[in-house]
Amino acid sequence: MMIQIFGIPIQALLGQLLIGLINGSFYAILSLGLAIIFGLLNIINFTHGAQYMLGAFAAWMSLTYLGANYWVGLILAPLAVGAFGILMERFMLRRLYHLDHLYGLLLTFGLALILEGVFRQLYGVSGLSYTIPEIFQGGVNLKFMFLPYYRAWVIVASLSVCFATWYVIERTKLGAYLRAATEKPELLQAFGVNVPLMITLTFGYGVALAGFAGVLAAPIYQVTPVMGSNLIIVVFAVVVIGGMGSILGSIVTGIALGLIEGLTKVFYPEASGLVVFVIMALVLLLRPAGLFGREK
Amino acid sequence: MAKKRLLTAFGTGLALLMAVSGASAAGLSDGVVKVGVMTDMSGAYSDLCGPGSVVAAQMAIDDFGGKVLGKKIELVSVDHQNKADIAANKAREWFDTEKVDVIADLPTSSAALAVMEVANQKNKITLISTGASTKITNDSCIATNVHWTYDTYALAVGTGKAVVANGGDTWFFITADYAFGHSLEGDTAAVVEANGGKVLGKVRAPFPNTDFSSFLLQAQASGAKIIGLANAGADTINSIKQAKEFGITQNQTLAGLLIFITDINSLGLDTAQGMMLTTGFYWDRNDETRAWSKRFRERHKNMPTMGQAGVYSSLMHYFAAVEKAGTDDSAAVMAAMKSMPINDMFAKNGYIRDDGRMVHDMYLVQVKKPSESKGPWDYYNVLRTIPGDEAYMSLDKSTCKLVKK
Repeated sequence: MMIQIFGIPIQALLGQLLIGLINGSFYAILSLGLAIIFGLLNIINFTHGAQYMLGAFAAWMSLTYLGANYWVGLILAPLAVGAFGILMERFMLRRLYHLDHLYGLLLTFGLALILEGVFRQLYGVSGLSYTIPEIFQGGVNLKFMFLPYYRAWVIVASLSVCFATWYVIERTKLGAYLRAATEKPELLQAFGVNVPLMITLTFGYGVALAGFAGVLAAPIYQVTPVMGSNLIIVVFAVVVIGGMGSILGSIVTGIALGLIEGLTKVFYPEASGLVVFVIMALVLLLRPAGLFGREK
Repeated sequence: MAKKRLLTAFGTGLALLMAVSGASAAGLSDGVVKVGVMTDMSGAYSDLCGPGSVVAAQMAIDDFGGKVLGKKIELVSVDHQNKADIAANKAREWFDTEKVDVIADLPTSSAALAVMEVANQKNKITLISTGASTKITNDSCIATNVHWTYDTYALAVGTGKAVVANGGDTWFFITADYAFGHSLEGDTAAVVEANGGKVLGKVRAPFPNTDFSSFLLQAQASGAKIIGLANAGADTINSIKQAKEFGITQNQTLAGLLIFITDINSLGLDTAQGMMLTTGFYWDRNDETRAWSKRFRERHKNMPTMGQAGVYSSLMHYFAAVEKAGTDDSAAVMAAMKSMPINDMFAKNGYIRDDGRMVHDMYLVQVKKPSESKGPWDYYNVLRTIPGDEAYMSLDKSTCKLVKK
């Protein structure tokens, strides 16, 4: 006998939840990068989506032009995108720290448009295909659904990176410095810590996370210049719901929203593009600082 | 206070993100016969029409000798960003102040319909190539429009009928949740049922959408033999890619209801192989199509889509009609266009009906296996030529007010 929940067989529901978890881990890793950048630099990084796109393109380029395999791409692409982020921080963002948030927003938003435009000019909008690496071809039949090996890898990879990042920031001495730099940068500088360098590297790391997510996404989604702008709106909503700047909040919210979205796709698919924003509106009404955020 | 400012910044950013769109580029010129190509230059459809359609239009002008009735032919183009309001405003400006005589291409049905309304008021000609809705030649038909390349009905008939005939008699639809998707799904479901097939279910996916795995699992659970993709562009590409990833294509077959050759090119044959689809043009059909397409590719890095080939064909016919009529007066040119059969690399014995439909043969094709393909752009096996009168909705079903019954 088949057990049903609201007319949906439980097997089907399990499958949908698993898919939600996969999407949630993408949201988690992207919103984590945003949260780190926002928490430490107070910059709303609207280039995040474009940097995710850059990561996917970097993986595609390393495969096509250098013949490098997926694993090399997985390391090279985030490094390249992170380096791009570091240049961006040093030569542009740094000049805006003393100004209103809006200036950083306009700069990062403009850069995102430029990057997208350049890639659209070079590669067109229908995009490029990145085949799933040999080792992850195929999948396993879990009875309730067919789980492609690659999707399983996405969950493992992104959750490990999320956990490692959380651990470093919340549980190590380096993390303590970072958190101190957020609260009282002048004091930390007085203790002999090179705060500007730390900020640059942190920004680079946050951006590299976007690049990493881009590489993970390349074999699943079509690699297109607009792949980031489609996703980034949802990710921003995730960050707002989780509480801007909260590390744990962004991870947990990312996964939770992936699951909720997955369920919506079963019960009322038409609303699945909207559900995240409805939740965002509710959270802003009831807890303006976000679920995990603190009022400053 | 800081918090409030931050939220303002956030809100501004989100609004910007949602409103973002490509920049528009307009060319200016004076001339007696002036062609305007209105298309999607940078958005979701820009690879399948866009700059390639402008190239096709320029080719038509060059091939006609650059002159008609001894006067120079000029070309302008604009990015309508797939937005009906921008399209209508630009059309009005073109007709009123820039002396544009004819507008070609017009992807995105809503934008095409908006431009037709303006053209009707100003008594100017529109030649729709990439726009797809059957509304163009039915409820919204006008006397000065020709719908050149294809429509959702022809796609549904071509693909739906062939797939059912091949044993694909149970269907599940993954539909883009907007007017175009609904119309494609409706047209196809009607054809499937009329031919003895059954529709087991459907799911309406938000538009645009990147992850289709959830909808694909629902399609899989339905047990239908055929999964009909009533969507377009990036949505279709991602659905096909993910269907393969989830092993769905081992037991079920995908039927892409609107697929352009540029989509196949970007998917790769490995992923797209075996799929059936209907198209109005394929470059590798005969010597004439190959010769023209080769010239096109020398100017534009891709092979032509049916939309781009249609832009060329429609403009060539328009120029010939202006010459025959001896004037660029819209009524006279329309009469001349309707009086001459269309015989070029695009159509054989094509003709234009009272509702504005250009009736020509369509082709049911199957995407080749990687091993069958001899090189780039060698993608289709033509399974069947669908005669024009079978491909398009017959006039006695038409709701166009210009059709006398």
